[in-house]
Amino acid sequence: MKYLFLLYGPDRPFPPPGTSESREMLDAWNTATEAMAKAGVLIDCAPLQPARASPTVQVRNGQTLLTDGPAAEIKEQFGGYTLVECADLDEALTWAATLPAASDRAVEVRPVIKVEAPR
Amino acid sequence: MAAVTAQVGDLELAEDAVQDACAAALAQWPADGTPANPGPWLIGTARHKALDRLRREGRRVEKEAEAVREAGASPPPGGWPAGADDELCLIFTCCHPALDPAARVALTLRSVCGLTTAEIAAAFLVPEPTMAQRLVRAKRKIRQAGIAFRVPAADDRPARLDAVLRVVYLVFTEGHTASSGEALIRGELCDQAIRLARALAGLLPGEPEVTGLLALLLLTDARRDARIGPGGDLVLLADQDRSRWDAALIAEGETLVERALRQGRPGPYQLHAAIAACHSGTRAAADTDWREIALLYGELIRYEPTPVVEANRAVAVAMSEGPAAGLVILDAVGTDPRLARWPQLHLARAELLRQLGRRADAADAYQAALQLEPPVPERAFIGRRLRELESQV
Repeated sequence: MKYLFLLYGPDRPFPPPGTSESREMLDAWNTATEAMAKAGVLIDCAPLQPARASPTVQVRNGQTLLTDGPAAEIKEQFGGYTLVECADLDEALTWAATLPAASDRAVEVRPVIKVEAPR
Repeated sequence: MAAVTAQVGDLELAEDAVQDACAAALAQWPADGTPANPGPWLIGTARHKALDRLRREGRRVEKEAEAVREAGASPPPGGWPAGADDELCLIFTCCHPALDPAARVALTLRSVCGLTTAEIAAAFLVPEPTMAQRLVRAKRKIRQAGIAFRVPAADDRPARLDAVLRVVYLVFTEGHTASSGEALIRGELCDQAIRLARALAGLLPGEPEVTGLLALLLLTDARRDARIGPGGDLVLLADQDRSRWDAALIAEGETLVERALRQGRPGPYQLHAAIAACHSGTRAAADTDWREIALLYGELIRYEPTPVVEANRAVAVAMSEGPAAGLVILDAVGTDPRLARWPQLHLARAELLRQLGRRADAADAYQAALQLEPPVPERAFIGRRLRELESQV
């Protein structure tokens, strides 16, 4: 079963590359995701640009509406994701807790519906 | 239920299939005679009914049908077994911390204890459709979130066991001090909680907290009849007729709490049970060893650092060192905004103030407790105390 870890936290930019803060962050993430890859559960993962970098698209009555910013005005923004394949929820929760974001932000563990992707 | 869920891998499907199998038994057994092994017969029949349902509904066929097939096409010699492990799996699944706490309690009563939705709705005083909805949502969440039907791995075991014990304890306290409604005790919930605790103690004999919980429930339940006066009103521990306590339950509870504590891994349920044993082992209220009880509450705070435990310690201190000493602790606890809404705190303060002869302050505290709308029988008790105070003025 696939689970998408949604990483929520304050919408702030990443520390500038090359700084010790940035290196520490990258090290922590590499350690966590390498363990997942080694265990064979990791499918994909990525950080996202800050939510204010987003435009939002809505098509209504054939008209494409473009608005600046994220779809929902909330304090905690969606800042990255990790997609894993696990046997069950308990396994997914164990991995979710190993992510650095679980310690200072929040990780929502969302079950993914299985569908055949178009080819 | 547990054995069928283990085989079909889905709680909702298992429940429907077990119902189908029971209907088949009602139709066939009177005519054909009861089978030699009714349990395995029911499990085998429910398994077939589950497959039938999957075929008929054409839903989620893949996964569950596969699970049923994997479990073996023909029954092993002696029929499908109803294993103790299956029951443990079912309990852990129903009490999974990913489920809402109220849903865990309801689902456990439905799937493990076999209560009907109507019975659970009545026990928690909610309309039946509301309870049915709660149960459906919980079962759906188990399927959608991929909550596995198994006993958790060793690493997760302590935290998951805590969640299970909490559910059993909630079922009992809801029965023992019904938070709403006219009756002070709803006995059927106490009975179900004890049945669950006994099953768990049988399945996990090496877990002292499980033994401790069973001991606690037995020692508390032993006082059930004595807690209610002739008019349905609350009788405080000190005023209870101890000859009405159930001696057999007390003896069993005391043996269990000693056995648990001997394992040298204390925990909150064992400490609660030890406190209950201090009361049940005393023939007259005046002989109660309040110093020991105050010490046990002091230990308990390490596991449950809550103002409720501190308030109970205050009462024990008041009993061993005098009401003034207890009042100092209670007044400190009362500054916690969460506890200020708890009628029992005001009731405890009122009792100590009354003992100190501070009648006006006591009356104010009783009034404060009344305004928080405690259960009906406690309201009657407070009313009596207020009238006594007025007659003394």
